[in-house]
Amino acid sequence: MTTTTPEKMSVAPEVKRLSAGAWLKKNLFSDWFNSLLTIVVLSVLAYAVYGLLSWALTVAQWAVIPNNIGLFMTGLYPGDQYWRMWVLLGMVCALAGLSWGVLARNLATLFSRNVLIGFAVVCAGFVLFPPTRPSSPKLLLIVAIVAATAWAGRTLGRRMTGLGQWLSSLWFVSYFVSIWLIGGGPFNQSLLSWLMTLVAGLAVGWQLVTQLVPVINERLAKPGQIVAVLLSAAAAATLLLVLPSFWMQYFIPPVAWLVSVAIVGLLWAAAFVIIPRRFQVTFWAFAIGFLLTLAILRLLLGLVGFSFDPVNTNDWGGLVLTLLMAVSGIALCFPLGVILALGRRSSLPVVKWMSIAYIELIRGVPLIAILFMGQVMIPLFLAEGMRPDRVLRAIIGLTIFSAAYLAENVRAGLQAVPRGQQEAAASLGLNTPLTLSLIVLPQALKVAIPAIVGQFISLFQDTTLLAIVGLAELLGISRSILANPNYLGRYTEVYLFIGIIYWFFCYAMSLGSRKIEEKLNTEH
Amino acid sequence: MVSNAGEPKKINLKQLLRDDRFWKIAFQVVTVIVVAVILGYFLANLTSNLEQQGASFGFGFLSSPAGFSIGESALAYRPNDPYGRALFVGLVNTLNLVLIGVLLATLTGVTAGVASFSQNWLVHKISRAYVGLTRNVPLLLQLFFWYFAVYGVLPTPQEQLNLGNFVIASKRGVYIPWPSSSATLAWLVVLITLVIAGAFVWKWRTKKIVEQGDTGQTQLTILGVMTVVGLLIFLLALGWQPPQAQEGGGATGGLRLSREYVAALTALVFYTGAFIAEIVRAGIQSVSKGQWEAARSLGLTSGLLMRLVVFPQALRVIIPPLNSEFMNLAKNSSLAFAVAYPELYSVANTTFNQTGRPIEVFLILMATYLIINLVITLGMNTLNKTVQFKER
Repeated sequence: MTTTTPEKMSVAPEVKRLSAGAWLKKNLFSDWFNSLLTIVVLSVLAYAVYGLLSWALTVAQWAVIPNNIGLFMTGLYPGDQYWRMWVLLGMVCALAGLSWGVLARNLATLFSRNVLIGFAVVCAGFVLFPPTRPSSPKLLLIVAIVAATAWAGRTLGRRMTGLGQWLSSLWFVSYFVSIWLIGGGPFNQSLLSWLMTLVAGLAVGWQLVTQLVPVINERLAKPGQIVAVLLSAAAAATLLLVLPSFWMQYFIPPVAWLVSVAIVGLLWAAAFVIIPRRFQVTFWAFAIGFLLTLAILRLLLGLVGFSFDPVNTNDWGGLVLTLLMAVSGIALCFPLGVILALGRRSSLPVVKWMSIAYIELIRGVPLIAILFMGQVMIPLFLAEGMRPDRVLRAIIGLTIFSAAYLAENVRAGLQAVPRGQQEAAASLGLNTPLTLSLIVLPQALKVAIPAIVGQFISLFQDTTLLAIVGLAELLGISRSILANPNYLGRYTEVYLFIGIIYWFFCYAMSLGSRKIEEKLNTEH
Repeated sequence: MVSNAGEPKKINLKQLLRDDRFWKIAFQVVTVIVVAVILGYFLANLTSNLEQQGASFGFGFLSSPAGFSIGESALAYRPNDPYGRALFVGLVNTLNLVLIGVLLATLTGVTAGVASFSQNWLVHKISRAYVGLTRNVPLLLQLFFWYFAVYGVLPTPQEQLNLGNFVIASKRGVYIPWPSSSATLAWLVVLITLVIAGAFVWKWRTKKIVEQGDTGQTQLTILGVMTVVGLLIFLLALGWQPPQAQEGGGATGGLRLSREYVAALTALVFYTGAFIAEIVRAGIQSVSKGQWEAARSLGLTSGLLMRLVVFPQALRVIIPPLNSEFMNLAKNSSLAFAVAYPELYSVANTTFNQTGRPIEVFLILMATYLIINLVITLGMNTLNKTVQFKER
């Protein structure tokens, strides 16, 4: 007896290649109705295209675009500080190139024929396209940076497999670098420096916990309270070093010291009572490492006088502001939306009804009302003197609004996860937070990706509404350009131009979502 | 053994900490406290801030005279009417925009959605291009484009476009024919009755055909007569009056649609239509392939196939998301404010600017839009019930 392995049964049907005539007959002239339709549509289309072309080539005055390209891109940003924008663009493009290289590290050829053609088209566009021609050397340099970092990313990515995880941290840090670059001001007061000190503090604290605590536990068979008390005293002393400088501007020095001592004492006592005895050494070791690093770094940073010229948010604008607000809004509304969605599906009645109330109330109101009233009402709800910056208020408004919609998208994803998954997790002994974060959310978010990206796209589009509120983002600055007597009536040119920019970003996002969807699709 | 039921139960801290129920309650208590503290802080600030401005909370201002004029309104309105009246006029303008917008957007969306399944390559591509272009450009930008770049380049009223005394268009607005007979309302009632009667005759005909094998010829004749009568009434009895161009701009007779209204309507219809087209496309795609094949093998033409087999089944998938699209249209209608169409939000904004009462105005806005959305949802839910599977 011989056993034969069955031959591969599924063979794709042969694709018939139609000749041009047959294709035309099948797709355009299959019957009299279709033929009529084709002819009518074609003539209308031809008329429209002819009209558009003759307008674009003869009537339109395109000078408004290249003359104001700086305004379109960065708003009223001071001209002598444009180099910061270029650094920003270079940084983002370098990161993008790096990410591309790392993600595509398994491809045989990074610069395939299509990619090379793409590069060539982009470079030619930069050189030939009038608005970009004056700055084409810089733009070509940036294209070169993308290519170089992509190559470097691929080489590095092949050597170090863990590089992919660092990319998201790099993007995270780059956000704060961007804010400092745009806003300027002394380095030691920037969000970036605070982020860096915090991260350094956490890292040192963690090192102490992993390095020092085992040693202590080894040397002293029974660490006992003494060590804990000593460590805690050191931590309290460190805190006392840092804290007074915070309220120096609000209180006179003796009062500042008194307040600090009181707060530190309270915290110290509370920590002693709350934390279980066996964790106390660990906790205090971490606290010392964290606080000491923070204190030393802040002290050192105070000596660094490095600073950019501060640029007031009133001067932020153009595409940069649009992108900044969209990215901030997206980053903030995503966690809030997920929390609201979980809250709405929660079995705890109080949490559930609060989430429902928030979601339904916000979804009932037009965004323009929230943004406009937000500009007026947020200061009313805060204490006197606390008046958040208007860009910040805009971001808050966008976040509040989008979170409610995002919550509904995530909820739809949560509903798609079968109940059995939760029950299986429970029977494995996972508690609720672990079940949600390890089992339910990953599956739910995967299902919800198209809807979530759709929401991000509409958030990006919604930033245009801030033009009505008076921000000089892309649409707002276009309106001020159109109000310039030199460019009176150039509506079509300007709106077409920024329409293409908006279209490009939105289309890129939806394309990206489709790619991610394909990548995560584990069904067969 | 002696039971120790009499002894007071000791609460064991360790047991308590491991108890799920304890954590559930504790978490809720903490949430309530946190939310209450935050809201309390906001409210305290609000009251102190309002006190400083010398304002007190209340809706009394609604009955004081508004003092601003409203560009266009379907209702009689004078500047010394109260704020309440002004807001109501704004609401009517909003509803005007939303109702017509919903109708036209549905038409556009369904047409584009069905067209994307056309066997004609060109029509298919145009439908896809329309959706891909419109969905990816912000609505406000489109609105400005229509208002400034399209309707803005129409000639001045002195040199207005006159399309055979049928449509007259200029920068100021568009005039279209409109019924003017004094008996229009009565004839409209007659027309609606005719339509309802027609629907019943149609049902009767289907029943006859299905249950008795009738040809349905008699009913078809009745329907034909009714259609002719209805058309005659529509064309002749309503007293259509075309606009008459006047020297120096403007027109008499007909209905004047302001440029703001037309621009807002066009932008809303095109934008929402693209979203509806995607919903329709997804709905049609959800009908299983076997249904198409079965219908074709029965010999149905592609028009009949769509109307009798595919579309009724697709409707079940289409209607629920359509609801939120209509709600979006209602909310987006507030953007008409940006081209100075006096809809609800625009009037509310003026009211707030004059009275300095952001909280009250915001509450009114919120309540009104919530009610509009509720009405839309109710209507769509009713519609949804009629198309869902009727299972025994």
